[in-house]
Amino acid sequence: MITFKNVSKSYGSKKILKDLTFSIRAGEFVVLIGPSGCGKTTTLKTINRLIEPDSGEISIDGMNIRSRNPVELRRSIGYVIQQIGLFPNMTVEQNIAVVPKLLKTSKEQWKQIVQEMLELVGMPYEENAHKYPSELSGGQQQRIGVLRALAASPPIVLMDEPFGALDPITRDSLQDEVKKLQKRLKKTIGFVTHDMEEALRLADTIVFMNEGEIVQMASPEEMLRNPASDLIRDFMGRHTNPHSEQPELFAEDLMRTRVLKVPYSLHTLECVDRMNRREVNSVIVLNEDDTFMGTVTLDTVRERGKAGREIGELVGNDVPAIDRRMPAQEAFDLLLSSTANYLVVLNTDQTVAGIVTKTSMAKAMGEALWGAVLS
Amino acid sequence: MTLMTFMGEQRSEIIKALTQHIHLVVFSVLLGILISIPAGIFLSRHKAFAAPVLAAVGVIQTIPGLVMLGLALILLGTGTQTALAVLAVYSILPILRNTYTGITEVDSGILEAGRGIGMTRRQMLFNVQLPLATTSIVSGIRISTVYIVSWATLAGLIGAGGLGDLIWTGLATYNTNYILAGALPSAVLAFLFSGVIGLFERLLTPRGLKGGRA
Repeated sequence: MITFKNVSKSYGSKKILKDLTFSIRAGEFVVLIGPSGCGKTTTLKTINRLIEPDSGEISIDGMNIRSRNPVELRRSIGYVIQQIGLFPNMTVEQNIAVVPKLLKTSKEQWKQIVQEMLELVGMPYEENAHKYPSELSGGQQQRIGVLRALAASPPIVLMDEPFGALDPITRDSLQDEVKKLQKRLKKTIGFVTHDMEEALRLADTIVFMNEGEIVQMASPEEMLRNPASDLIRDFMGRHTNPHSEQPELFAEDLMRTRVLKVPYSLHTLECVDRMNRREVNSVIVLNEDDTFMGTVTLDTVRERGKAGREIGELVGNDVPAIDRRMPAQEAFDLLLSSTANYLVVLNTDQTVAGIVTKTSMAKAMGEALWGAVLS
Repeated sequence: MTLMTFMGEQRSEIIKALTQHIHLVVFSVLLGILISIPAGIFLSRHKAFAAPVLAAVGVIQTIPGLVMLGLALILLGTGTQTALAVLAVYSILPILRNTYTGITEVDSGILEAGRGIGMTRRQMLFNVQLPLATTSIVSGIRISTVYIVSWATLAGLIGAGGLGDLIWTGLATYNTNYILAGALPSAVLAFLFSGVIGLFERLLTPRGLKGGRA
């Protein structure tokens, strides 16, 4: 367990950390996030004493880290950075073995460790151990960076935007690997990122910081549901990947466009005839300029219709009309709560784009969930 | 008399001068290395001193060799030791500058990673910074050596021997053969030193730094 108690840090007159108090449980994956300059990296670096706070106390398992030799402290905490920082003059094997060697592990032991480590990320020893960092791709280099941090089995690993410089596909797979490793090896991880999607994906707990203070500390689910400030909401929105598993749907994605529309001046009998031919019991009536006027059902025509009169006289507005950009979820709620069994979807110029029925909605949602559905 | 027959006749004198010359070069450069590398390491850790010290050494470098020799002659007297001291001073700048830049140009990410995983400054220096600076340092030594081969011809003026003896004799007696018998071997010597040290440079460059980055 890592505990921060009233930790503050200033550079000159600028306060970087303001009286931080929070704790990280053992085995927890904590992601620090926030805008640039919010203090997230500074917070991370105070844990391995790369940065010393001006006041306050940080303890690991109840022991104040100030009472420990910084070099020894760092050897007991893994550290991964965005620039990767592998030693270019050393092989993959030598890089991974750096900390075990510093800790005077025997040669057989560190050789064994290197083998196990490379196995963890599926990089065969024979093929990779004797390569130099410059012979690896960026993603492979950072895998080795992570292994170097894990090699001495530290209970805590600190990661400072470790995947920030990688391409999206490599980043995805490394995120998966790190999450799996963390669960399997039960590490406590402090992870800094500015990418909300990454935070949501990896964290047990997200610590959102701004101007040196914690704005919200919550699980990803909780933060998604109840963001504590507009800034956090903004961050979530801004970092929502358009290609994520849950695409944003709107009313227009749920509607069907082949619907019966009639001009208001149509004679009642003619209208009933058309409805019978299309086998529908409700019809959309348009104004002269093709904008939406309202709807008429067969029942209404039977009750109040008179031969020879215009259908426009019978128009009611019990069917809700919505904008085509209404979010799908709102449309869904509206349809379920409405007495009408469909919604009329309008273009911005008030002409009719289509209708949303329970069937068209189910079909669109099925497609979003399982891919294209053949009907 | 042709140059070849002259050199044949004066073979033993030329070889003696050449041996002296090599001695002067090797020992003065070694002395320079012993001063410059530790000094370069010191400067890389106390960067505030770096600019003034490098500037001061640069100024010394601009003092003409003859003036320096004259001063040394007054202060230290004639002989090989005086020549060695003067030449060593001239060999300092390239090695010092290259040691300093070689160490300070190590990528900051590498340094941060090293510090973050618990390397001491000493371990960083010997396991990372110096190996990465090797190419730069050796290339500084090569530049110095080539300089010193030609500067060392001045040593003849203060009785330290070397190929300069032949050249000065030739100049004093208008004897072209003497001049060439001193100048040609010294040119060849510069060329050879440069080649041999260049070979070392390649051998000492850490394997991971050869070839481009992926």
